[in-house]
Amino acid sequence: MNIEQRLQDLTGPLPDGLSEGVALGTGIADGYDFYESPVGEVAVTFNPRGVSSLSLASHDFETYFAHRYGRRLIRAKAPSAWAEQIPAAIEAGTPGRLPVDLSPVTPFQTRILRIAATIPKGEVRPYGWLAREAERPGAARAVGSTMARNPIPLIIPCHRVVRSDGTIGAYSLGGPHIKWELLTYEGADPGHLEDLAEHQVRVQGNASTHIFCHPTCRAIRRSKPGNVVDFKSGRAAEEAGFRACRLCRP
Amino acid sequence: MDELATALAADLDRAFPEVVKRLGPRLYWGLRRMCGDPQEAEDLTQETFIRAYRALGDFDRRRFEDLRLTAWVWTIALNLGRNHLRDRSRRPVFVEMHDHGREDPDLPDQRAWDARFAALNRNQRTAVVLRHVVGLGIAEISQSTGRPEGTVKADIHRGLDRLREMMEQDE
Repeated sequence: MNIEQRLQDLTGPLPDGLSEGVALGTGIADGYDFYESPVGEVAVTFNPRGVSSLSLASHDFETYFAHRYGRRLIRAKAPSAWAEQIPAAIEAGTPGRLPVDLSPVTPFQTRILRIAATIPKGEVRPYGWLAREAERPGAARAVGSTMARNPIPLIIPCHRVVRSDGTIGAYSLGGPHIKWELLTYEGADPGHLEDLAEHQVRVQGNASTHIFCHPTCRAIRRSKPGNVVDFKSGRAAEEAGFRACRLCRP
Repeated sequence: MDELATALAADLDRAFPEVVKRLGPRLYWGLRRMCGDPQEAEDLTQETFIRAYRALGDFDRRRFEDLRLTAWVWTIALNLGRNHLRDRSRRPVFVEMHDHGREDPDLPDQRAWDARFAALNRNQRTAVVLRHVVGLGIAEISQSTGRPEGTVKADIHRGLDRLREMMEQDE
């Protein structure tokens, strides 16, 4: 055999995993891996822009992902820089420094989700509050539909967003009972919140400081129970001579 | 414009896996022969495709029409390979022991070929691999390497002569 023929025979197939590596590196496909969370095992997907979605592992997330985002999924390890940040973000219920890919939602929805990510663990805020923080006070309904379309629940903590009447409301990650479970886990006591909603208590003031808060704000929860005054609205609190808390901006 | 370029221009994400499928094996094995290291060849192959994908995302219609895909992808690969080599030469040099455990056992005497190719100078090695392992034409090699066709032919000729000599000694 001459040398030219022998050189031609020096090729073979592409090594295993290489075309998958290209699909992940270009972002044509997203990678996914499983993580523990307070509500059981979850599947987290990621691409070069960041973490792109989170679903219950029991859910048919591969079909759902392909349908919603039009990309396929490949089982993979997260990039090493994110390997520790993902479980930390799930536990904290906020992205921290972990990059998130919110490209499938609109700029307004991105803004709303970024605001939701600032709600502290153990606290909740109503739709209307997020709308006001986004300087779109009339957009409470749009906030509700944004929460329903949150691609990365748990890490973008839409479970900390409740209906404008104060009731706990729906949850995209497996239904309202999961939302209750999560809020209980974080110490927000959803049963108590539903009681307040039923009695139309929207904000609570401290009678000694004359500051009013959302009922889950850490400031009001530190107050002596005897000092806590219930109000049906922020305006009612202001009329009674209270000013709004600077932490929770009710 | 050829069929694949048309498909890339129409829907990059959909058509790009076909580029990997068609060009991937020869790109990998060409780089594998040039650098002598399976892991480095995998890294270079992957990085080449990722850069190609990003560049194609910025292409307009005219650039797709002028695209000579294989030669263009090899231009990217050779540039990356040069930078890799430069990075490596700044590090202290050790005698490397490559793990060949991942290689297909059906492929003939990989180590012997690594040694032979390593004995060629870089231009000869690149030209011989592109012509006879990858199967590019002289014009494509000239485009990818940026060297004149006459020089490419001379590199191939001299490179093959040296490989022949070494094979005769080995056998």
